Amino acid sequence: MNSEQQKSENRSLVGHLLILTAAMFGFGFALVPLYDVFCEITGFGGRTNTESVAVEEAPDLSREIRVEFVTTVNSYAPFEFDADLNSMTVHPGKMYFATFTARNMTENDKVAQAVPSVAPVAAAEHFVKIECFCFNSQEFAGNEEKAMPLQFIVDPDLPDYVDTITLQYTFFDTASVASNN
Amino acid sequence: MTTAVADAHAAEDHDDHGPTKGYKRWLFSTNHKDIGTMYLIFSLVMFFVGGAMAMVIRSELAVPGLQFVHPEFFNSMTTMHALIMVFGAVMPAFVGLANWMIPLMIGAPDMALPRMNNWSFWILPVAFGILLSTLLMPGGAPAGGWTMYPPLILQTGDAFPFLIFSVHLMGISSIMGSINVIVTIINMRAPDMTLLKMPMFVWTWLITAYLLIAVMPVLAGAVTMLLTDQFFGTSFFLAAGGGDPVMFQHIFWFFGHPEVYIMILPAFGVVSEIIPTFSRKKLFGHDSMVYAASCIAFLSFIVWAHHMFTVGMPLTGQLFFMFATMLIAVPTGVKIFNWVATMWRGAMTFETPMLFSLAFVFLFTIGGFSGLMLAIQPADVQYHDTYFVVAHFHYVLVPGSVFAIMAGAYYWLPKWTGHMYNENLGKLHFWASTIFVNVTFFPQHFLGLAGMPRRIPDYSVQFADFNLVSSIGAIGFGLSQLLFVAVLLTAKRGEKATDRVWEGSHGLEWTVPSPAPWHTFTTPPKARIANESFE
Repeated sequence: MNSEQQKSENRSLVGHLLILTAAMFGFGFALVPLYDVFCEITGFGGRTNTESVAVEEAPDLSREIRVEFVTTVNSYAPFEFDADLNSMTVHPGKMYFATFTARNMTENDKVAQAVPSVAPVAAAEHFVKIECFCFNSQEFAGNEEKAMPLQFIVDPDLPDYVDTITLQYTFFDTASVASNN
Repeated sequence: MTTAVADAHAAEDHDDHGPTKGYKRWLFSTNHKDIGTMYLIFSLVMFFVGGAMAMVIRSELAVPGLQFVHPEFFNSMTTMHALIMVFGAVMPAFVGLANWMIPLMIGAPDMALPRMNNWSFWILPVAFGILLSTLLMPGGAPAGGWTMYPPLILQTGDAFPFLIFSVHLMGISSIMGSINVIVTIINMRAPDMTLLKMPMFVWTWLITAYLLIAVMPVLAGAVTMLLTDQFFGTSFFLAAGGGDPVMFQHIFWFFGHPEVYIMILPAFGVVSEIIPTFSRKKLFGHDSMVYAASCIAFLSFIVWAHHMFTVGMPLTGQLFFMFATMLIAVPTGVKIFNWVATMWRGAMTFETPMLFSLAFVFLFTIGGFSGLMLAIQPADVQYHDTYFVVAHFHYVLVPGSVFAIMAGAYYWLPKWTGHMYNENLGKLHFWASTIFVNVTFFPQHFLGLAGMPRRIPDYSVQFADFNLVSSIGAIGFGLSQLLFVAVLLTAKRGEKATDRVWEGSHGLEWTVPSPAPWHTFTTPPKARIANESFE
């Protein structure tokens, strides 16, 4: 094989490999929307709805499910954040209300965002929030304390083996996240 | 064989442009042998730098309580040790072996893209210079673990952008090296060397190079997202902004699992060269070895979530990743049994390269089995992030990859230097390494099963005795590696090596003189000759 021919073959193979490299770099970013779709379909990662949905179901009074509330404040966020009730016993298909209370511990105005997560994963898509303070960011004046409502329904299609659902909220100071950026 | 040697000599005689003198020979080098040597020396230096960090870790862990270093610095040590050993020691060592040996094994005059070869090497010292400089920065070196999970890694001090930049550079270097390897293997083989006639080391590197091109860009993407999350207001991984930190783990391990095979497949290749030589037989099941390596490479893309069984995953996901992971034991078993079958009824001798290869087969299998234990999802919930995991991956990486690199270095050293190394010193190095590596890592299995968490500078007193044993082993293993330096320093004092070097050696690299002249195979050899030289 002469060297000119070799060079052109090398060049075309290098070209193909560079295209593969660029494609895989793109694939890394394509995983971001793919992951979102995947999580929404499967409830992977305990993801639940973050926008209101309307549900009409007949209540199943024969079945009792324990719903537990867990609250966490993200590191250094200057808030107090708690569920008014630690847990409640509910019937699938019936609508319930719960309230959470948060207080801004500083003198300054703050914006916060609660991010929900449901465990076990199998329950994530069956825990339906009708109205939730987590759908929007919450504004707080200095030292303001606020009661925040949650309205939810547990879908009667919840797998039989689930008798306890844990709803977890993490409270983020979005202003400090922004300034951190 | 004789004709090929005569050809090589004739080519050499007409070759009047030897290496330039002084630093320019190395800085501007486009010669695959010089660049291979630089890669190997660089990786040895990094092996000692990363090893020194391991000594800090094991000293701190020798007894319960905090004694020598601050916990933050301890965390930096575990993080930096991993980054340096993975990207600075193991990977460049295999690239060095590839640079030296692939052109010699396939009868090519040099790598296909010699100038890019120079770049891919010289980027590395810059990348690791940047990474090591973070030790002196405010906030300290990265301490969030080599896996760089957010949000913790975003709390790194001034070192953060330097960490990202150095990872980018390592990735660019690896990708350039891989492109070079692929183009060399595909386009520059000797005329009658078909793909399935290629030596196993060349085959495993071809597969490894494709793995690198497939996953290093994904890592580059993931760390770029970390960078933009920190400095440009994106929220890929920040929950407050709608992102998901768990997604980083998925993207990272989509890179990370193929990465572990990137570190072991060339080791399989090296061992597949050495065992036939010292068994004086052909490699048993050459083609099945090729298919097994390809299978392992394919499976590596669909098992990543076994690194993160505890993040919360639907049952079907857990089952899929568990069974897919266990499936890898099948092609790996094919390789192990092929090596054993190669030795079966062979006329075996036990020179240092063979000793390291035998230890590789045995000890890598232990690491493989503990990997299977970790793949059992219900058990992994208990083992996750314990010293059992540390014991597992050190068994596959130290008596696995590192032993294979050592075996390769001893095996080809006479070809590189033209002299036999000191066999007694080599054997001493082998036995010290093998004993101490087991003293270091075997007790860590027990610690992990008893529940000792990894990456923590202090521990409960119940773990004290095994930790002391492990630390003594680690210091012993570290000191044993100085014997290898002694072997290298005395490498040219031994008797002159023949072209063939080993009685049972086979393949084109043994048809050129020892030491291999600066230019080899300026005219392509016949692969048939190499095969005949064995039969």
